[in-house]
Amino acid sequence: MSALADVAVGFALPKAPTGIKGLDEITRGGLPQGRTTLVTGGTGTGKTLLGVQFLVAGAREYGEPGVLVTFEESAEKVSANVASLGFDLDGLQQDGLLVVHAFRVDPSEVVETGEFDLEPLFLLLADTIERIGAKRVVLDTIELLFAAFQDQAIVRAELGRLFRWLEDRAVTAIVTGERGETGLTRQGIEEYVSDCVIVLDHRIHDETSTRRLRVVKYRGSAHETNEYPFLISARGFAVLPITSVALDYGAAEERISTGVARLDHMLAGGLFRGSTVLVSGTAGTGKTTLGAHLIDSACARGELALLVLFEESPDQVIRNMRSVGLDLRRWVDAGLLRMWAARPTAFGLETHLAILARLIEEFAPSAVVLDGIGSLTHGPAGTEVNSMVARQIDLLKARGITAMATTLAHGDETSVVGISSLVDTWLLLRNVESNGERNRLLFVLKSRGSAHSNQVREFVLTDHGAELVDVYAGPAGVVTGSARVAQEAQERDAELRQSEDLKRRTRKLQRRILEREAQLALQQDMLAAERAELERIDERGRHQVTDAKATRSAMSSRRWADPAPGDEGGQR
Amino acid sequence: MTGPHAAGKRGEAPVPREIWELRLYVIGHSPKCVRAIENLQVACEQHLAGRYRIEVVDLLENPRLAADDQILAVPTLVRKLPPPIRKIVGDLSNTDRLLSGLQLRPRRGEAT
Repeated sequence: MSALADVAVGFALPKAPTGIKGLDEITRGGLPQGRTTLVTGGTGTGKTLLGVQFLVAGAREYGEPGVLVTFEESAEKVSANVASLGFDLDGLQQDGLLVVHAFRVDPSEVVETGEFDLEPLFLLLADTIERIGAKRVVLDTIELLFAAFQDQAIVRAELGRLFRWLEDRAVTAIVTGERGETGLTRQGIEEYVSDCVIVLDHRIHDETSTRRLRVVKYRGSAHETNEYPFLISARGFAVLPITSVALDYGAAEERISTGVARLDHMLAGGLFRGSTVLVSGTAGTGKTTLGAHLIDSACARGELALLVLFEESPDQVIRNMRSVGLDLRRWVDAGLLRMWAARPTAFGLETHLAILARLIEEFAPSAVVLDGIGSLTHGPAGTEVNSMVARQIDLLKARGITAMATTLAHGDETSVVGISSLVDTWLLLRNVESNGERNRLLFVLKSRGSAHSNQVREFVLTDHGAELVDVYAGPAGVVTGSARVAQEAQERDAELRQSEDLKRRTRKLQRRILEREAQLALQQDMLAAERAELERIDERGRHQVTDAKATRSAMSSRRWADPAPGDEGGQR
Repeated sequence: MTGPHAAGKRGEAPVPREIWELRLYVIGHSPKCVRAIENLQVACEQHLAGRYRIEVVDLLENPRLAADDQILAVPTLVRKLPPPIRKIVGDLSNTDRLLSGLQLRPRRGEAT
């Protein structure tokens, strides 16, 4: 695609912007300048509106006055029809930026005999183009011009001449035509318009209508060839160029909170900004609440958030979230939160996408929650839901918007609409039924680019928001809810008992230590006493020996006794 | 009733009960337009002698008349009177179609 674009850039085909956002992107700048573009489609597909918007944009924004030649309605009717879209055709006419020529053609009051030509149309256009310096011309609808005459060959030849004539005057023109059974137009006009052909389509699929636009042909220019959804909204025609192929969005390192502290912790610090979270779960598992938390935390940071509801009305959600302590109303009042509720069956998938794209464009939120995307399958066909959701996610990612999509998972993990590979983080909420109650469990099934907890947490909705609580793994599996509470009580009880037991044992031991210490002191006293006794005895013994010797020596010296043999002193 | 009355008038000088006002839109002197003027004059002389008026409008002089008078093609002949307005597009080369377009045939049949 990009290679193709590069080739075309070298060409530098001059283009006339249509002022229709999206269409100018698809056509890489607008319609071929100075050429005629054929816009074809069935009745009510928005051909006239596209043409009128092209003229209004030219007159208002690009300094290119225009001429509208309509064969369909009166000038007043055309003005009235587009006035509701904010297009003031009368005002533009007064300012000399636009001229509307309306031709009412009623075949029943016209008789034909012999040759004729459409020279008056040329003459009128030449006069008007010169008078207001028109650069743009719209002819709406060519089929009615054909219907006005019987000799189709003449009309066809004259139109061919008209297109060449317009080209000679470097006028950018749009010719609208009815889609034919076999060709692009009933009259085969596409043969004469060889530069650019745009097909509008209005399909009804499962009783839901979807408008689509496709650039069938664009000579000398690259263009997107896909079918693009478009909207006819209060602001006119809007095309949504959505390319699900590009994977070129940046990856932010910044983490943002999910609004649930412990969930942030499980995700190693929160969600990456601009990442996409899928929350799947069975009914009533608190998916919307998780979404509301994300919204609440974004708004609390002062960021803009968008909440798209496919299942409930905004008031319902505001009321329900208040019951878990989340006041979304204040964010709505503060202009930080926009809520948009749409029944899945109200529009086609493409239209949903288109509206989302417009909301994102206008409001530029930093966080978007799509609540209940799974219910889109209740509307149009399921196979298309994947592609639609993929485009929605792509749309959000491309703009760096942190997104959370919640969906109802019927039963198994695998039944989620096949978009799990597109999301960065996948949270699964599940109801566990035990002991006659249902409790919610939260799993982090995946979280790209970050370590995440493999633990199951119990997801508890309190009056101050959602909380994650550790679960207990008992012999009967994971224990939640009141069973968990009971378990907690039991554990507390056991702990208490255990600590009392310990205290008792401590006291006992302390007592015994004291006793032993006392005994030890006593023993030591006794020991000391005995040692002292022993000491005394020894002392006395030594004294006695010394005294005896001294006495004997004193006595013998007194008697002058001879020393006894072997006995120096001699005793006896 | 109508028969004898009409028969009574036969032979008398034709009394123009109403003037046919015809306007022919042309652009310049293209062969088609010149042919149309000729064809119209011949037909009128033949079938509306004395009770017709032809106005030739050249749109070159005022192109915006095309929008005002709702003229998409030339030549276009407009029967302004008698009402209702009728439009005949082409060079008027087929006299039968011209007459039927002007709704002249029944009147001629009555007159003869």
